[in-house]
Amino acid sequence: MRRMSAFNVVSLTLGFAFLYIPMVILVVYSFNASKLVTVWAGFSTKWYGELIRNEAFLDAAWVTVKVGVLSSTFATVLGTMAAYVMVRRGSFRGRTLFSGMIYAPLVMPEVITGLSLLLLFIAIGLDRGVLTIVLAHTTFSMCYVSVVVSSRLVSFDRSLEEAALDLGCTPFQGFRLVTLPIIAPAVLAGWLLAFTLSLDDLVIASFTAGPSATTLPIKIFSSVRLGVSPEINALSTIIIGLVVSGVIVASLVSKHRIAARSAEERAAID
Amino acid sequence: MKRIFTAVPYLWLLVLFLVPFLIVMKISLSDYAISIPPYTPTLDFSGGWQAVRDFFGALDFENYVFLTEDDLYWKAYLSSLKIAIISTILTLLVGFPIAYGMARAPDEWRPALMMLVILPFWTSFLIRVYAWMGILANEGILNQFLLWLGLISEPLTIINTNIAVYIGIVYTYLPFMILPVYASLERMDPSLLEAAEDLGCSRVSAFWNVTVPLARPGVIAGCFLVFIPAVGEFVIPSLLGGSQTLMIGKVLWEEFFSNRDWPVASAVAIILLLILIIPIVLFQRQEQLAREVDQ
Repeated sequence: MRRMSAFNVVSLTLGFAFLYIPMVILVVYSFNASKLVTVWAGFSTKWYGELIRNEAFLDAAWVTVKVGVLSSTFATVLGTMAAYVMVRRGSFRGRTLFSGMIYAPLVMPEVITGLSLLLLFIAIGLDRGVLTIVLAHTTFSMCYVSVVVSSRLVSFDRSLEEAALDLGCTPFQGFRLVTLPIIAPAVLAGWLLAFTLSLDDLVIASFTAGPSATTLPIKIFSSVRLGVSPEINALSTIIIGLVVSGVIVASLVSKHRIAARSAEERAAID
Repeated sequence: MKRIFTAVPYLWLLVLFLVPFLIVMKISLSDYAISIPPYTPTLDFSGGWQAVRDFFGALDFENYVFLTEDDLYWKAYLSSLKIAIISTILTLLVGFPIAYGMARAPDEWRPALMMLVILPFWTSFLIRVYAWMGILANEGILNQFLLWLGLISEPLTIINTNIAVYIGIVYTYLPFMILPVYASLERMDPSLLEAAEDLGCSRVSAFWNVTVPLARPGVIAGCFLVFIPAVGEFVIPSLLGGSQTLMIGKVLWEEFFSNRDWPVASAVAIILLLILIIPIVLFQRQEQLAREVDQ
């Protein structure tokens, strides 16, 4: 094993300290008894209690999850279709515009995406609420899904699809029975990415949300603007906890599956 | 089937991406009015051909002229660019050693290190910015710590200054820098460095002549990935920046939500996009080159 130089050890230690200490501080201070976030006054879980009793936050959390699930599902369907077209369909009329429209939202500043969608919804007289946020989130996250899925589509063997067609599958059957199972991990990864992007989004949601629907980031932003509050620390801790445990579970599952597969392969060779 | 697969996302993007964009362009040419919606003219097809002609006749570049006349907007664009450039350089300075350390780490550590870099990306952006509000505040943890160490005798004012904005951008965008730089450093064969040293290079010149050129594609990709979103950033300047922190994302937001001047907000958006088109095109060309090299 190569030994790491002292410089590398120091830069990794400092780097990861920089990345993680702010979050650790956030979590520690969520258990602070004092209302002042900067003064430690003993351990307490009272802010979690206040949070659970705060209906505005609970409502916003529910809206956020609803928007996240709906928009990431739509985005996955649309993004997978778009990726399939980009990778498998040769030239067709309007391809340049199509690929432009898929990549542009990735680099578009959020304020512009939000503003333009809001102006559209007003122009067609659509009331702002859950529906408009779902439409907005679907639009920008489908582009991320299509990038993730197309990288998988590029790398897999096309002759499998051709074989399915030769054996009498309709194109749709071929897609459903051959292509989809092979790209499934990328589709799932795309869904997860779209879901996180939706949960995380403040700017686009602020433009497209109406008084009837407030998402959690909007709620957090409006209370944080006035200053630090221990309730928000508690909420952040819950979110960080969910993400960390989700990522750990996902990595354990994939590790387990890789191990199972290589065991199977070994068994097949023996 | 390919037709359907093309048509559905195509239509979706036309209606929800291209049309809204055209609306922004159109409103940027309209005038502010105290009405609902707060701009004029509005297109009214019931008036027939004459109404459509009047509509186009009423569009003009007045808002753009206004933007060039008012200092505020120029300063905001320039200071957004300045803040984005400085924070991109800072992110590179912080991110490069981390990526380098990761690439030199033992193989069995690397997946875990990768995971540690990606993990913050999955937690909320807003929460990561918020975390710094408590740290950088005048009576915050950083000041308490420095006072305790005796390095300073009075709390530093960091929050609500541009320094806080730089820290916020570096912190939240760091994974975007580390990952591409790591990807290009990881592919580098360490025996190249040994060869350079055998041939008489000092460590430093081996680093400059071997490592840096090989890391270049990753460094360039990382810089674009930080710079482009940083220019239009809204959350970081509004939570960590002060009243003197001028960034165009914030100006657009206030123009729209506080002043309700939609035409000016739209013009601000269009100019921001024109400014960003250059780096975006350069970035895509770079990516294309990198893909061709890979093949």
